[in-house]
Amino acid sequence: MRMQRTGGRPGHRAGLAVMVGILVIGLLSYPVTAQTPRQGGILTYIVTAAPPSFDAHRETTFAMIHPIRPHYNLLVKFDTRNYPKVIPDLAESWTSSRDGMTWTFKIRQGVKFHDGSILTSRDIKASFDRIVFPPEGVISVRQAVYQGVRAIEAPDPQTVVFRLKWAVPSFLEKLASPFNWIYKADILARDQRWYERNVMGTGPFKFVEYVRGSRWVGRRNEDYFERGKPYLDGYQALFITSRSAMIAALKGGQALIEFRGVSPAERDDLVRTLGDRIAVQEAPWLCNLIVTFNTKKKPFDDARVRRALTLAVDRWGGSNALSQIAFVKPVGGMMRPGSEMATPESELVKLAGYGRNIQQARTEARALLREAGVPENFSFTLKNRDVAMPYEPIGIFLVDQWRQIGLHVSHVQQETATYLADLRALNYDAAVDFACDFIDDPDIQLAKFVSADISPLNYGGYIDRQLDLMYFQQSRSADRATRLRVVRQFEKRVLHDQAYVMYVLWWQRIIPYWRKLQGYKTTTNHYVEPDLSEYWLSE
Amino acid sequence: MGAPHAVGEAASCLFPPLRSGRWVARAVSRYILSRLLLILPTLLAVAVLIFLLLRVVPGDIVELRLVLGGSYVTPEVIAAERARLGLDAPLWEQFLTWMLGIFRLDLGRSMWSGEPVAREIGLRLQLSLQLALMATLFATAAAIPLGVLAAVFRGRWVDHLVQVISVAGLAVPSFWLGILMILFLLSVFQYLPPLTFTPLWVDPKANLAQLIWPALAVGYRYSAVATRMTRSALLEVLGEDYVRTAWAKGLAGMVILRKHALRNALMPVVTVIGLEFAFLIGGLVVTEQVFNLNGIGKLIVDAIGQRDYTLIQGLLLLVASGYILVNFLVDLIYAWIDPRISYR
Repeated sequence: MRMQRTGGRPGHRAGLAVMVGILVIGLLSYPVTAQTPRQGGILTYIVTAAPPSFDAHRETTFAMIHPIRPHYNLLVKFDTRNYPKVIPDLAESWTSSRDGMTWTFKIRQGVKFHDGSILTSRDIKASFDRIVFPPEGVISVRQAVYQGVRAIEAPDPQTVVFRLKWAVPSFLEKLASPFNWIYKADILARDQRWYERNVMGTGPFKFVEYVRGSRWVGRRNEDYFERGKPYLDGYQALFITSRSAMIAALKGGQALIEFRGVSPAERDDLVRTLGDRIAVQEAPWLCNLIVTFNTKKKPFDDARVRRALTLAVDRWGGSNALSQIAFVKPVGGMMRPGSEMATPESELVKLAGYGRNIQQARTEARALLREAGVPENFSFTLKNRDVAMPYEPIGIFLVDQWRQIGLHVSHVQQETATYLADLRALNYDAAVDFACDFIDDPDIQLAKFVSADISPLNYGGYIDRQLDLMYFQQSRSADRATRLRVVRQFEKRVLHDQAYVMYVLWWQRIIPYWRKLQGYKTTTNHYVEPDLSEYWLSE
Repeated sequence: MGAPHAVGEAASCLFPPLRSGRWVARAVSRYILSRLLLILPTLLAVAVLIFLLLRVVPGDIVELRLVLGGSYVTPEVIAAERARLGLDAPLWEQFLTWMLGIFRLDLGRSMWSGEPVAREIGLRLQLSLQLALMATLFATAAAIPLGVLAAVFRGRWVDHLVQVISVAGLAVPSFWLGILMILFLLSVFQYLPPLTFTPLWVDPKANLAQLIWPALAVGYRYSAVATRMTRSALLEVLGEDYVRTAWAKGLAGMVILRKHALRNALMPVVTVIGLEFAFLIGGLVVTEQVFNLNGIGKLIVDAIGQRDYTLIQGLLLLVASGYILVNFLVDLIYAWIDPRISYR
């Protein structure tokens, strides 16, 4: 067994010297204005939906993460200052075997649950067993992500071992999922569903109260294992679903931040009103908008038609224009632009619909439509969610883009449940679809696009065993270069050769917050941030 | 709604003169009992209708909860969740389970949150009822005097002023007025009403500070409707022969207005106030959003959006019961206002 990555082991003397050097340079370069974190205060923030249950293993929504995550710890977590670097949380260090099939984690000593009991590896094992091998009657929505795990063992109170069926790529990052909260083994042994309605973790804040649909309140955990943290005395998450009420609350200072994001217009409004009392951070968002075509319906069963539709869309121009009014911006393929696996622009422009010469692309699109026998002024329907941001502007943009190759498109906005039902029943021509995640990993981002008989998220209805094979290959590939090559092949097949779907634009996170909130750093997604232990109030 | 005796099927006959007190008491009891008995089949019909309509509307709570964000969920997990919620059972079985629960006074658990439906509703009902009550008080306090003034001074500047105020009230949506109120408070006083609900008995000041603004916003539109109704009803009554007779007999104007005209003119006003009150309990969806009120209207919209069948069924049954109850009370008030109406 070799040490591959570590979270806190002592190094050699040379290593120590390097670290001291880095520390000195770091201290010298630290801004003189930087402040020491101040203890105290209550952070009030907004959550724009209410949590369905309190159990992260069974939920997928930020509405549960944002108010409840501060009560829990993970085994390992993403470093929000250096995302996607993974750092220790309850694990203080870890090693992986040379073949990548065994991962061993050393657990911190003396970590206490909020009831005073001591956390051991048994709690970690029980929590991950529940996620990876859920017992009868328990829903674990991320079970499929960990299908490469063969067994989880707790050989002693401070050690947890994950034994894998194959060397799972990005395994550590997958473990760092912000949904992998560590629960107490004794409680799970008594009632596997106890955590759906109750809270008991080791996190920086203890549970105080939840008034359904109104607020969630937490107070400082005095026994938290990180000395001096959290800085805040407590927090209050206000559930505000109306955009206007949310903006008014931010303007009035009744809340200091909302961790999901606002539109450019809302940002400008807040900046205009609050001036230098408010700061804004922006980052590319690990969410995208795509168009899915119903491949079971003519003429969308013809790859030439689908490719014509993607060719007609000027993503680069759209990015410039739409980013002024909606929280979309980056142009990209199937992996988030800027992420390690993303296709660079030099290669991206070779895919259908990504070229810089839009006139040429549209000429090609018209030719493809003629070749496929699609008449001039052909009409079809684009189904979309009735959610204003960013779905509506994207839908209108697409209608206009397709009009420019002689197509007449009706934009039908539907209530989300009806829209999903129509997509599932293949009752549509083309539809705006989307996905959001916490990690840039092809296993997760590409799963949607394998054949419809395998992926419940494939609304296009197509069966493509080549894609399934490629997905399998990349998922089993320990070698990063090989994996990247297969991912690119997958992307080319989905977006160019078959054009099963078309990516329109990726989202852009815009987070305005009161300057007195310190320690906040925006990342690429709204799932990994709020454990609140690093945040403090300057006044 | 003009003549009092034309209002309500059960209250449509003239009160028989010279009956004993015991006879009246028995008649009242019989009337109330029969009305209450009628409520049961009405509610059952409503329940069947709600249940069937919800199943016709496309959408699936499991898809919304597990699949919407693009999570990698297997078909087996989706099927297991459907089974857990009982959605894989035949429709008749789902209906029967729900009905049996209702007869045991158990509305079931919300499919979305897992909480008892009664608790979910109870939490919001307190706020919605208080808001409806405050808006009604405000509307009534403003509408009746304004309507009377407009009618008495018909065609004069007072009447025109009241008409302008009431037409504006009808034209301006409550939620828009609410937004204006918030912006005004924020920009002029740097004040924003509290965003979370505090019960009246816990902190009356905080409670009123939150609810007074939406009550005013909603009550203004509500009062506009009632003002116009008061004015037109009073004008109609003031033209009746018995009012002219009263004038001819030399009765004081105030006495004629209060004892003879206004009392009879109030019948349609009571109807409007009653129906508006019932509407306010579940119908303030947008206003609740604007003021971030955790009320019944918002809960209905959320539950429908989430296809939370058990919660929607419970909520709609509550709203239907509210309407039926308010109608029943309005009928009772009619008879109290106009003794000519019989309990038959």
